[in-house]
Amino acid sequence: MELRKNYFADERKDDLNEIGHSLQRSDVPNHVTGRTAFFADRTFPNLLHLKMVRSPHHHARIRSIDLSEAERHPGVVRILTSKDVPQNLYTILILIQVGPPDEHVLAEGKVRWKGEAVVAVLADSERAANEAAAKVKVDYEVLPAVFDMLEALKPGAPLVNEHHGQNYYRYDSGASRKVRFGDVEKGFAEADFVLEETYHSSPIEQAPTETTGCIVAPEGNDRFTCYTNTQAMFFTLDNASIILQMPGHKLHMVGGTAGGGFGGKVDVTVEPIAILAARLTGRPVSFIYSREEEMQISSPRAAETITIKDGVMKDGRIVARQVTGYTDAGAYSRHSPYGAQKGAAHYPGPYTIPNVWVDTWCVYTNRTPSSAMRGFGVTIADFALEVQMDKLARLIGMDPLEFRFINAYRDGDMKAHRQPTEGAALIECMQEASIAAGWPVAERFMKMSSKRREA
Amino acid sequence: MGLTLQSFPAVAEAGAALTAADSRYLGGGTLAVRATNEGDVSFSTLVRVTDPTLGEISVNGSQAHIGASVTMSAITRHPDLAAIAPAARAVGGPAVRNMATVGGNLFAPAPYGDFAVALLALDATVHFSDGTQPIEAFLAIREMLPRGRIVTAVSFTLPPPGTFRFRKVSRVKPKGVSVLTIAAVIGEKDGAISSARIALGCLADRPMRAKAAERALAGKPRTSQGIADALKVSGDGTSPITDAIASGWYRAEVLPVHLKRLLLE
Amino acid sequence: MAKVPVQLTLNGTERAEFIDGGLTLLNALRDRFGDTSPKGGCHQGTCGACSVIVDGDLKLSCLTLAETCNGAHVETTAGLAADGIQHPLQRAFLDGFAAQCGFCTPGMIMAAKALLARVPNPSRDDVVEAISGNICRCTGYEPIIQAILSAARSNSQNAA
Repeated sequence: MELRKNYFADERKDDLNEIGHSLQRSDVPNHVTGRTAFFADRTFPNLLHLKMVRSPHHHARIRSIDLSEAERHPGVVRILTSKDVPQNLYTILILIQVGPPDEHVLAEGKVRWKGEAVVAVLADSERAANEAAAKVKVDYEVLPAVFDMLEALKPGAPLVNEHHGQNYYRYDSGASRKVRFGDVEKGFAEADFVLEETYHSSPIEQAPTETTGCIVAPEGNDRFTCYTNTQAMFFTLDNASIILQMPGHKLHMVGGTAGGGFGGKVDVTVEPIAILAARLTGRPVSFIYSREEEMQISSPRAAETITIKDGVMKDGRIVARQVTGYTDAGAYSRHSPYGAQKGAAHYPGPYTIPNVWVDTWCVYTNRTPSSAMRGFGVTIADFALEVQMDKLARLIGMDPLEFRFINAYRDGDMKAHRQPTEGAALIECMQEASIAAGWPVAERFMKMSSKRREA
Repeated sequence: MGLTLQSFPAVAEAGAALTAADSRYLGGGTLAVRATNEGDVSFSTLVRVTDPTLGEISVNGSQAHIGASVTMSAITRHPDLAAIAPAARAVGGPAVRNMATVGGNLFAPAPYGDFAVALLALDATVHFSDGTQPIEAFLAIREMLPRGRIVTAVSFTLPPPGTFRFRKVSRVKPKGVSVLTIAAVIGEKDGAISSARIALGCLADRPMRAKAAERALAGKPRTSQGIADALKVSGDGTSPITDAIASGWYRAEVLPVHLKRLLLE
Repeated sequence: MAKVPVQLTLNGTERAEFIDGGLTLLNALRDRFGDTSPKGGCHQGTCGACSVIVDGDLKLSCLTLAETCNGAHVETTAGLAADGIQHPLQRAFLDGFAAQCGFCTPGMIMAAKALLARVPNPSRDDVVEAISGNICRCTGYEPIIQAILSAARSNSQNAA
């Protein structure tokens, strides 16, 4: 590894001990000997297996649930419905005051996406749980469903989630997160060219090799140990505490080792119901997603639709940028109101543009709830922005890298959301990239600095 | 009901056990055990045959006879089966090939069953303990075999050198589930195609022949121009599957592209 | 449920357990034989995290019924280090940053061991093919490929 010290040398104390050296990961010796204890690498006598009966419909009213045959199945110990959950209505981010609660631990009255948890079967073996799950009878009245964000926002679209009352998340700023900076209409009027393009992305599954799951062991005195692969230990503890109406000190979460997560394990979907099951049966309970559940049920990266309109001058300056971004939350909020907000904060990208107008929407549809994945709210935004940058450069006949030098933000520039730029270093990164990629740019760009603007 | 494994030394005894409605034959496990792991509770007894002759390969002259329990790995390693080894090698990774059997591959639903595509192109014969059936007829009725009838082997004539062509298209390299699989035996004489037998995987729920394309190749030179008509009709009679790997539309669109590459390579 | 006896040699030690009928080798190893190094990532033969070596052949323990392994020699990554000394593959994975979350690692190492047993000096293509049934979502595979090639080199140096 090479540590280059020619940039910002005057700002750095040259006393770094760890930077620039390879360090072994502390957990690797146990990885290569197979000794690392993942949550499922434990056995408990009398373990119960939880199998979730899920909605086969995208949107339906539940008329009735008949458990009589399933309950009689050999090996079945208990079957849970929404009535068994102390606080069935929740939303993960209520912990940071992002409400309202909009999701049920087990479906109540309605299902809003294909795969929604309806009934939890607890049995002595996975086989018995699967057999009994097949005998649970749910009578559904299928309702019209909506899968496209722009369709969902039209008047008369099926209402996905009554807890919101409309098919978008209402921020304190209104129907969308907004950024207003300068005057975009004036900017477009002055521009030599205006380019408007729309970008779409599909949901992306994180697909960790280890599926989401937990094992819960009752410890006596109404205390429980939950072995989990969550990426969000305290979200899990606090939401479990709310859902179960139990003080947190009764719940001992053990984790920190995950067989990959990539954002796919930040939702609180297995632990509360498994703890409840252990509490109601007095037995240890294992709830582990099958591979199919991991791919179909666990929340993916959101689908996004992004429209970017730019005004650009022949000399390469972008003078106005207007962005409307839609984030498909699916049927429930999970982390998507935050993801859509992040998008608003991220536009207009690492460029200094005098006139900016941004609206980002968090939209509800009858699709699988989406949530976190590696830079959610930003990654797809960057895809759209950088494709747009290439198109703009082509439009004015300019080298795409030089075009970015012209617009790159520098220290001291005011960003659209009123944060002054600090420690940008974008110019220097592009200079190195230019050399590394063998993509030369004009000498004046190689003399630029993030620290100051040229006279 | 739990799951029970019953092992029998002979096919006949296993066949008798398989007449029970809740039983299923266990080959290499890549289909049957996967099904139980995924929650299939439609059967509770797995039946297997331990007769070692089901694991034997014999090649006499140009005649190959492969027992139903022979694994894909065994085929790839057999010196006399080098011509068709690419089709066996296309199945899964090394661990799957050490398990997946020829018999099981005949029953694998699309997008699986790459080796069966090759066997269809080779016009193989499927053997049971009480008779045989041409593979094309067998594939058409494979779910409707009488209970207890067990596939014991396949046999076929080894293709003359240079006539067998095989291509599996997948999105993940070097190995992924099939977008489509094509196997063909193309005979040539005096600069023209004298015989053509083309089998397609993933273009229906089971391997099928591209008969219109076969007919269109007859007598034509194996050139871009010569195969053009065959490519045009390559999708005739297909009903490509839609799954997580590709849509049926996509499979139909890329079939002529890959068939062209296969025929001209 | 009726219990079935299973006797096998696990990493050189003779073991016997009574298991439930129809139990996979993966679940038998993990829940009955106490070896949790093989992992269950998909239970459908796609991810390779459960890979073990049975009588010299790489197998997916999630799709193998334990009863069919009676009398077999089963090797797992847990048994690879002899007397606390790391196997060259383990050393190479350690040194080469070839494990991140660690979930695919035991299966990956078994796939590599099966390769090196047949092909002591593999090409890069051989390695890529050998791990083509093992999914890693962290590393992008390149460090794993390099680690296996490096282990092969150190093996051949030791042999020389």
